[in-house]
Amino acid sequence: MFPILSSLIILPFIGALFLIFIKSTERNTGIKYVSLFITFANFFISLYLWRIFDPSISAFQFVENRIWIEGFINYKVGIDGISILFIILTTFITPLCVISVNSTTKYRLKEFLIAILVMETLMIGVFCSLDLVIFYLFFEGGLIPMFLIIGIWGGNRRVYSAFKFFLFTLVGSVLMLVAIIAIYWISGTTDVEKLYELGIQENYQKLLWLAFFSSFAVKTPMWPVHTWLPDAHVEAPTAGSVLLAAVLLKMAGYGFIRFSVGLFPIASIYFVPLVYTLSLIAIIYTSLVALMQEDMKKLIAYSSVAHMGFVTLGIFTFTHQGIEGSIFQMISHGLISAALFLSVGVVYDRLKTRQIKDFSGLVNIMPKYAIMLMIFTLGALGLPGTSGFIGEFLVLMGTFKKSILTATIASIGVILGAAYMLWLYKRVAFGDVLKTIDVNKMVDLNKYETIVLSSLAILVIFFGFFPEPLIKTYTVSIDNLINVFNSSTGLNLAENTR
Amino acid sequence: MNNLYFIIPELFISLCVMFFLVLGVFKNNSSKIIFYFSCLIILVSLAINLNIKLQGKIFLFNNSYVVDDLSLFIKSIILISAFFVMFSSYNYVKVNNILKIEYPILILCSLLGMLVMISSNDLIVFYIGLELQSLALYVLACFNRDNLLSSESGLKYFVLSALSSGLLLYGCSLIYGFSNSTNFNEISQNFDFEYGVVFGMVFVIVGLAFKISAVPFHMWAPDVYQGSPTSVTVLFAILPKIAALTVFIKFLYGPFLNLFDEWQVIIIFLSIASMILGAVAAIGQKNLKRLIAYSSISHMGYALAGLTTGTNEGIQSSLIYLIIYLIMNLAFFSCLFMLKRKDKFFENIDDLSGLSKKHPILSLSFLIILFSLAGIPPLAGFFAKFYVFMAVIQKEMYFLAVVGLLATVIAAFYYLRIIKIIYFDPEQEKFDTSINFGLKFTLIFSTLIILIYFLNPNFINKYVVNILVI
Repeated sequence: MFPILSSLIILPFIGALFLIFIKSTERNTGIKYVSLFITFANFFISLYLWRIFDPSISAFQFVENRIWIEGFINYKVGIDGISILFIILTTFITPLCVISVNSTTKYRLKEFLIAILVMETLMIGVFCSLDLVIFYLFFEGGLIPMFLIIGIWGGNRRVYSAFKFFLFTLVGSVLMLVAIIAIYWISGTTDVEKLYELGIQENYQKLLWLAFFSSFAVKTPMWPVHTWLPDAHVEAPTAGSVLLAAVLLKMAGYGFIRFSVGLFPIASIYFVPLVYTLSLIAIIYTSLVALMQEDMKKLIAYSSVAHMGFVTLGIFTFTHQGIEGSIFQMISHGLISAALFLSVGVVYDRLKTRQIKDFSGLVNIMPKYAIMLMIFTLGALGLPGTSGFIGEFLVLMGTFKKSILTATIASIGVILGAAYMLWLYKRVAFGDVLKTIDVNKMVDLNKYETIVLSSLAILVIFFGFFPEPLIKTYTVSIDNLINVFNSSTGLNLAENTR
Repeated sequence: MNNLYFIIPELFISLCVMFFLVLGVFKNNSSKIIFYFSCLIILVSLAINLNIKLQGKIFLFNNSYVVDDLSLFIKSIILISAFFVMFSSYNYVKVNNILKIEYPILILCSLLGMLVMISSNDLIVFYIGLELQSLALYVLACFNRDNLLSSESGLKYFVLSALSSGLLLYGCSLIYGFSNSTNFNEISQNFDFEYGVVFGMVFVIVGLAFKISAVPFHMWAPDVYQGSPTSVTVLFAILPKIAALTVFIKFLYGPFLNLFDEWQVIIIFLSIASMILGAVAAIGQKNLKRLIAYSSISHMGYALAGLTTGTNEGIQSSLIYLIIYLIMNLAFFSCLFMLKRKDKFFENIDDLSGLSKKHPILSLSFLIILFSLAGIPPLAGFFAKFYVFMAVIQKEMYFLAVVGLLATVIAAFYYLRIIKIIYFDPEQEKFDTSINFGLKFTLIFSTLIILIYFLNPNFINKYVVNILVI
């Protein structure tokens, strides 16, 4: 069989190698076209993959298994209904990043595109890998390009943010590495499929769960280790923020579903109160913090933390609706946060400021932009008819089944979300045009920006009305996950009703 | 005669050393020729060494000398790295005016000492080998005699090293006193728990720990690394460490194996202390050579961690660690040799500022090497640590593993700082770009290995998995 997943992983990397040998010129046309071509090719391959993917099978598909380290670790990749959506999200967001970089960045464009392409390879690898060690390689490898993206092309405090991002993530991850090695010696394999069958001894589960949690909690990010995220977002260039918010954070959510819940079901149940508490704090506290932000990017960054709080909440309800909602929320947040960061990038390119007080009345001078921003604002606050609604609704529904109190508190977060997003929109778009704004500079969206933002807007609205294509893809996989969960806990804690 | 067949590399090198000494006396301006011939000789002895085939262990000269898989393998590694060290440093040696005939001859002498030390199966032979390599290294450290720092480092190294040799010798004599023999095979049979024996063992371990600069016997390393000519520093960073760590393996898993419980605690302590101190102390450094001294201290801590396990896997993981460590160091020092402007070499971290704009390829190599030293996947440095911690966790020493991995996070900080200076800081004047072939080859070769190691980890592992010490 043709190794379609491996080619999906390796293609951007080959593109990056190719870029190294292209000479950078004044206009960089060659570089731009090559990177666009590669990322779009990857996008279409992944769409084709979605087409031939059979959502009615619960097992992993397109599995490739090769010997990598003799008698020790195999290179194993494969996808199920959950991972394929994240792969498509990655391959969809990356070309948008490339377009936005191409039209705005002048400084060392070639290196920037190389970093983005390498990043894409690693991100797809994370979602494909079915071996813990391989997963770790991709998961950690992503630190290198992201560190460079923030550090080289970032804002004024970029060094601080890049270091904070790198070291925070590394601390969490090394504990996960210890856990992975421990799993190898306890179970004799790091193959995820085999581990699902074998299960892991009960007495080890709690410590291993905590080690994995330390890594994923930093990456998600959960309160109180979320502090790297606002810094990283504010200082990162637009494309970096987009990748970070849209895909990197989802790695952790994906990790929770695939590894924490899948491998350590007993520990997962044991630690439910911890996760609920941290998620609720994330939802309420960071929403309140977001209300008070003066920097647009920072506000969106904090709202990301709150949205990811819903994701963790949903996963640890262990109900079909909750997990379904979490995945939907991740995809939708991937689209909406990417779009919001791109929107901030649009005005930042024109005025070189991100402070909310520097903007006012944009609806008068940039009508197209104001419409786009409105769609994404409404999506972020979860208005029915946008994809944001479905995710939050399903998560809350799942949570209600388990704990009414938790669900009630989480619902307050939805209201707060509406408050800070609408207030942001009011301050930026409505009112009189400030005298300090140079109207000549504030031209409306250009061709590239329109393409990028409208494609995102269409998807946000489309999935708001027709969530079925996404839900159909992963519903069997979730059933399977819950079955594994039930059989290994021996309890029927996780309800498998639709 | 049969005995001699297995020591042809050693014989060959020692004959060549004598021949060169004579040649140097009779021929004027022969230093360049001797330098290149030494490289050639190292390659020839490597070829001879690779051709020695054996089954099991072979004891020579009344059991005082042993040739086995471990020693043959390490000898090849040492010869290869010695070749690359010389091959890459010619330009540096020439420009800094230390290209005298004694320079390559001394390197050959120390090489000979290491080969003897690795193959020794007797305390006296071991000590002769150790002293031969150390004496040659003392002279090399102060080879740039017009330089105050170089002379100081040579003297410092000599005094401290002599002290540690004294301790080691005292330990050897205690061991001899309690086991009635200097031969490793007999010692291990006569060895039993007695306080005198344990004392002897501790002294030997202290002496060896000094040679690999494990904390708390590391004080000499930063000064000596900084003061010595860079071409000698790279030698210090690689060759004696490999040799001494191999001897560590030979001692711990040979004569001292019965005292496993006693020495395991000591080695764990040395390992943890080295990892943490190496990581913390390097943060404030301004000189790259000093920084790499601390970095090598912490790397030795990881290599020692593999030895604490008492399993073949642990020893093999340490050996893989050593190999990857030497490749990374070779690459790092090759980069240092390139920082030349108008016949002056630069070695401060600030001199790297903004390197990436004028020297993209060199900075990319720096980037790969530094991330690899920090142990970030998918580069080779990660796998080195991965194997060691595989072995450590197999024995359920979680504390050691967690401390070690958290130390990598601290260490990552100072590697990142260099990357930050290279990539994020304002640029400076351009460095010379005329680079001789040997240096370029060494850098590209070693960096490529670091970069693509993950594609096929077996290509190093397969040589190591056959080495069974216990």
